[in-house]
Amino acid sequence: MKKFLLLLLTCSCLTTLGQKFSVEKSLITFFSDAAIEDISAKNTKTNSIFDLETGEIAFSIPIKEFKFAKSLMQEHFNEKYMESDKFKSATFEGKITGYDAKSTGQQTAKATGKMTIHGVTKEIEVPGTIEITKDKALIKSKFNVKLEDYSIPRPQILWQNIAEAVEVSVDFTFKPYEKK
Amino acid sequence: MKRNNAFFFLILLPLFGRAQNDLLKELEKETKATTEYATSTFKGTRLINGQTVETKGKGALEFIFAHRFGSINSGVYNLFGLDQAYVRIGLEYGLTDKLGVGIGRNSVDKTMDGYLRYKILRQSSGVINMPFTVTAFGIAALRTSPRTQDASYDIQLEDRMSYTSQLLIARKVNRNLSLQLMPSMVHKNTVDKTIEANDQVALGFGGRLKVTRSVALTTEYYYRFNVQQGNPYYNPLGFGVEIETGGHVFQLVMTNSRGLTERAYLTETAGDFFNGTIHLGFNITRTFQLKSSE
Repeated sequence: MKKFLLLLLTCSCLTTLGQKFSVEKSLITFFSDAAIEDISAKNTKTNSIFDLETGEIAFSIPIKEFKFAKSLMQEHFNEKYMESDKFKSATFEGKITGYDAKSTGQQTAKATGKMTIHGVTKEIEVPGTIEITKDKALIKSKFNVKLEDYSIPRPQILWQNIAEAVEVSVDFTFKPYEKK
Repeated sequence: MKRNNAFFFLILLPLFGRAQNDLLKELEKETKATTEYATSTFKGTRLINGQTVETKGKGALEFIFAHRFGSINSGVYNLFGLDQAYVRIGLEYGLTDKLGVGIGRNSVDKTMDGYLRYKILRQSSGVINMPFTVTAFGIAALRTSPRTQDASYDIQLEDRMSYTSQLLIARKVNRNLSLQLMPSMVHKNTVDKTIEANDQVALGFGGRLKVTRSVALTTEYYYRFNVQQGNPYYNPLGFGVEIETGGHVFQLVMTNSRGLTERAYLTETAGDFFNGTIHLGFNITRTFQLKSSE
């Protein structure tokens, strides 16, 4: 009985560790097409942890790492709109559901959870795809972020410079997690 | 039985642990320490008359149109200075994120100028801790007035030249407040020795306080050290309001200086601010991105 319990104990410990993945490559882009000029930026410095078995995922995007083609635009983005000195990163914490952890090939899935941008947290649900290979997991998603939802102001004089919503693409390549 | 309870608890323990296991917190712990650089210490490359530590981003071209009216105390006849205007038109280009080059023309003494600025240090926190941003600034100016035939002596090209070197040291104290120190040296090739020396040293103090997302208040003052007796000039002082709209920065200033090159405002400021010899003026900049900054 004692042995059995010990065995059970060990097993339960193992399962809680789950199968965690950390990010190997990440690319977050956003795009907003407007009458005067398109606005787009790239960020490759996002960090993320993903648990393949439970589907839990968390990521954190450092706002200042968004790179724009125009340096002045980047300055405005940080200074006037995202207030990145105050709100250093955007985060997501939630769960990916609707996929089979054992099958390979691209599958559709959805993510639900809490998105925090500009200090404002919203419950969101977004569609995406997941592809599990032998030692990698690829997660992609594309969704719209409405600026108003996160109290991000829009310029009033040239209001047409920035659309109401921006299209955000998330592209992660995960590798098995190693404790650093 | 007691023992069994204990075991039962032990089995459940990892489950509790799981419930509390916050993936985002774990992520924060795992995230490697980074260096965060201070951005937008000042809104533009100019504070009032003088320079800031800011450089243009790589590939960005800034068109600067600055102008100073006549002095407010010149009376109704001059519409409090609005009848006169002294203009500087300039261009500055970011060769890299740190190195900038510029040219300009100021109507005061019909001066042409060319300059370089280089950001030596960037304020940062995190892995690299650096309390200040430091930019070196060097300008050469050629005053083309008076005409050779109108000069009171046989004026040569070298008589018309002056050079200024500055070290700009700034700290963004918090999100809204930035302060700057500007040790400066002006060398004028030819001077009237009865009132001034060829080499003149000044220390500047400047600041910017953001009051809203797009509006900031600015100030700038230079203290001159080796001022000779009989020198008719004053220390330059200025106050400004900065308004930013899209690609434009609009600075409305009040200063006792009308010149817009370093030689002119540092060593030849003719107005006594506290006597009302104040010039209203504008600096208007427009930035064009010629090449991608990536």
